[in-house]
Amino acid sequence: MNAPATLPTLTHLDQLEAESIRIMREVVAETEKPVMLYSIGKDSAVMLHLARKAFYPAPPPFPLLHVDTTWKFKAMYELRDKVARDSGMELIVYRNPEAMERGINPFDHGSLHTDLWKTEGLKQALEKYRFDAAFGGARRDEEKSRAKERIFSFRSASHRWDPKNQRPELWSLYNARKAPGESIRVFPLSNWTELDIWQYIYAEDIPIVPLYLAAPRPTVERNGMLLMVDDERFPLLPGETPVQRSIRFRTLGCYPLTGAVESEAATLPEVIQEMLVATTSERQGRAIDHDGSGSMERKKQEGYF
Amino acid sequence: MATVLRDVPTPSARADEAREQLDAYLALNQRKSLLRFLTCGSVDDGKSTLIGRLLYDSKMLFEDQLAALEAESKKIGTTGGGLDFALLVDGLGAEREQGITIDVAYRFFATDKRKFIVADTPGHEQYTRNMVTGASTADLAVILIDATKGVITQTRRHSFLVNLLGIPRVVLAVNKMDLVDFSRERFEQVEADYRKFATELGMGQVTAIPLSALEGDNVTSRSNAMSWYDGPSLLDELETVPTREQSAQRSFALPVQWVNRPNRDFRGYAGTIAAGRIAAGDPVVILPSGRRTEVQRIVTFDGYQTEAGRGQSITLTLADEVDCSRGNIIASPDAAPQIGNRLSATLVWMSDEPLADHRSYWLKLATQTGSATVSRIDAVIDVNTLAEDEGSRLELNGIGRCVLDVDRDLVGTPYAENPTLGGFILIDKVSNATVAAGLIGEIHRSDPQDASDPAQHIAWIRGPAAAAGAEALRQRLGALGRPVFVLSEDILDQGLTSDLADDPEHAAERVRRAREAALLLARAGVEVLVTVQASAEEAVPGRLIDATELIQESDGEWMI
Ligand SMILES: Nc1nc2c(ncn2[C@@H]2O[C@H](COP(=O)(O)OP(=O)(O)O)[C@@H](O)[C@H]2O)c(=O)[nH]1
Repeated sequence: MNAPATLPTLTHLDQLEAESIRIMREVVAETEKPVMLYSIGKDSAVMLHLARKAFYPAPPPFPLLHVDTTWKFKAMYELRDKVARDSGMELIVYRNPEAMERGINPFDHGSLHTDLWKTEGLKQALEKYRFDAAFGGARRDEEKSRAKERIFSFRSASHRWDPKNQRPELWSLYNARKAPGESIRVFPLSNWTELDIWQYIYAEDIPIVPLYLAAPRPTVERNGMLLMVDDERFPLLPGETPVQRSIRFRTLGCYPLTGAVESEAATLPEVIQEMLVATTSERQGRAIDHDGSGSMERKKQEGYF
Repeated sequence: MATVLRDVPTPSARADEAREQLDAYLALNQRKSLLRFLTCGSVDDGKSTLIGRLLYDSKMLFEDQLAALEAESKKIGTTGGGLDFALLVDGLGAEREQGITIDVAYRFFATDKRKFIVADTPGHEQYTRNMVTGASTADLAVILIDATKGVITQTRRHSFLVNLLGIPRVVLAVNKMDLVDFSRERFEQVEADYRKFATELGMGQVTAIPLSALEGDNVTSRSNAMSWYDGPSLLDELETVPTREQSAQRSFALPVQWVNRPNRDFRGYAGTIAAGRIAAGDPVVILPSGRRTEVQRIVTFDGYQTEAGRGQSITLTLADEVDCSRGNIIASPDAAPQIGNRLSATLVWMSDEPLADHRSYWLKLATQTGSATVSRIDAVIDVNTLAEDEGSRLELNGIGRCVLDVDRDLVGTPYAENPTLGGFILIDKVSNATVAAGLIGEIHRSDPQDASDPAQHIAWIRGPAAAAGAEALRQRLGALGRPVFVLSEDILDQGLTSDLADDPEHAAERVRRAREAALLLARAGVEVLVTVQASAEEAVPGRLIDATELIQESDGEWMI
């Protein structure tokens, strides 16, 4: 064998990829019924891509779960359905029946919207299907309180997160043992940063929702946020008229809660370029994080993530 | 001087040119390497300030975060209203109120050359546990010293742990140089003290850097206030220390994590390469079975690979249909890891509940899981004095040199050779908590005929329910395939003690004869359960077990 004396050193993306794949395989080997939470955003896109790599040539041996709020951008629903078809994975869409019945929406119900659709919806879905492990796309660099989050994060039978009672994670050894009823949230992207995510999407040509790229879109400005008028359900206040602006999104959630940035970056390299010189963090676009420092941690204890 | 991310082309540059520049920039950025490092220091040495400063200077902060930082600095900062970088890295609410961090936090920053993952561990009583956790994944450790205090007990403790975990490189960051007038003498004195001690410990490469985290001297660029210093700034050092190179050797090892069987025609063994490298066609051995075959293909989503090396997560197909499942290790036949069911290891105890010496724990090593008991504590190490003393207890943050017996053969190497194949965790079977980190010193195969330590095979069952307790244990050991003998008074009375009257005067002699009989049986490889009642002093050698424990906890797995 005339192999070179040394193999090329792994780049940071190579190493992050290998780590995420290892984490996913470990969960499949050690838990009974895993599921991948798929929120259609860029982090979910990367997570799904990594899952396809981890189990190739088999399709990932778990379903995708989208905890829906009915208020996502149209373009997100389109990508979701296409991606599920392409991956050969089962897609479960769960909508909290109570929120559905009460017509919970971000315009009239404030934080109840997130609580009922997302937090409660997630708990209900996990219980309904008896999933004991759920992959989530959260990253430690997103928020200060997440810096201490484990890769394998334990939740009690009532889905509570106890910051005092998390297991030390040594080397690349993960302890996935749990009592019946308890579940684990697993964050395979823990060590990725926003920049890593974009670089990887670019390098691997991963499909993402077009809303991440700038285009002229109808917008209104409200409470310092640029909101996109994505469908006729958007109630305009007196004096408000949608204005066409060239915008893109850095994170995607429910359209009435997600702020856009004005931008001309219509291609991925341009987005990355803007990100490198950007002066605001991605979470600023999320209305949910604005109720004071430390609030993220409270939401996590309540089961939202 | 380090180039940081701010030096990217601006969007205002002309479109074509910008695109070209950008492509080149992205290509370069995609080839960045990754360095994981650990910072350690005791409370108030300036760890948080230093990390915050690195994040700030490498532009990993955005305006909104800066605005929050300014506001918080005014409100609760310790720097009299100036930017308090320490606030950037304080996380959980409860901790913030107490003004201390109590866990391991991971931070990220990047320059054009490298991405960095920082494990930030706080300096208070939970220290050993947190530091060992943070150190387990680090390629380098930054040990902070307050220049006004010099080398203190904690410095020795941190260095001992860094050395124990085998971190190959150390930066000695002598902080708060501004408080000693940037004095060269002071720095050199601290450095000399430290080097003396580091040599005693047998530590690897140490680079000493004088700095001020507060004012930024020698953090990301060389300091004007210390022109006498001609070494690298901290960031220079972090950017240029070699990361672990791919091994040129073939001593390959892949712990099988998951067997991929999508259909009858494909059977792949998925895992992350723990050592060496592999190419299609290479001979391999499956451990512990010893079956030999060769690698057919290295399968990845991106196509077949001709070669792969340490750290890559791959899937292998083998030339022959061999028995191979999760927990097995595929290795090169010439330099295969060792096999054994007895480990000499250093244990770092991480649980509030102390080590129970007759309890069995799950032991997880690479992708293998076994059931293990700590059969001996040879020494307990005092992390402050570094003295090794005899001891029989291991409590939270305690470190002990121990012998563990496992219910099956494990494949591994000494930790010093390869942390992935030599580092393990112990898991409590009831609470499922991770209770200890273990570092393998040696792997042996315990010989049941091993005459050197018959105590391993003797248990004295105490209490009125001794017979029932012994029976419960006998069944469990029997289920594990071990030969077991219950040495009761009744059996002894059939001959060996038939000349002794049943009165207190002869009780000691009865115990003596029971002991001798037990030793003979144990030497022959039999597990002996003695139900003859003996005091704690008399019940040697072997282990003393309360019968009620055996009966009550029949769900747990008690093993000798
Ligand atoms: N004069 C001076 N003070 C410093 C320096 N680094 C940190 N400090 C101060 O020392 C105190 C403790 O720092 P902090 O970063 O919170 O320490 P930690 O407990 O190790 O994280 C704070 O008041 C800092 O402002 C330094 O280089 N020079």
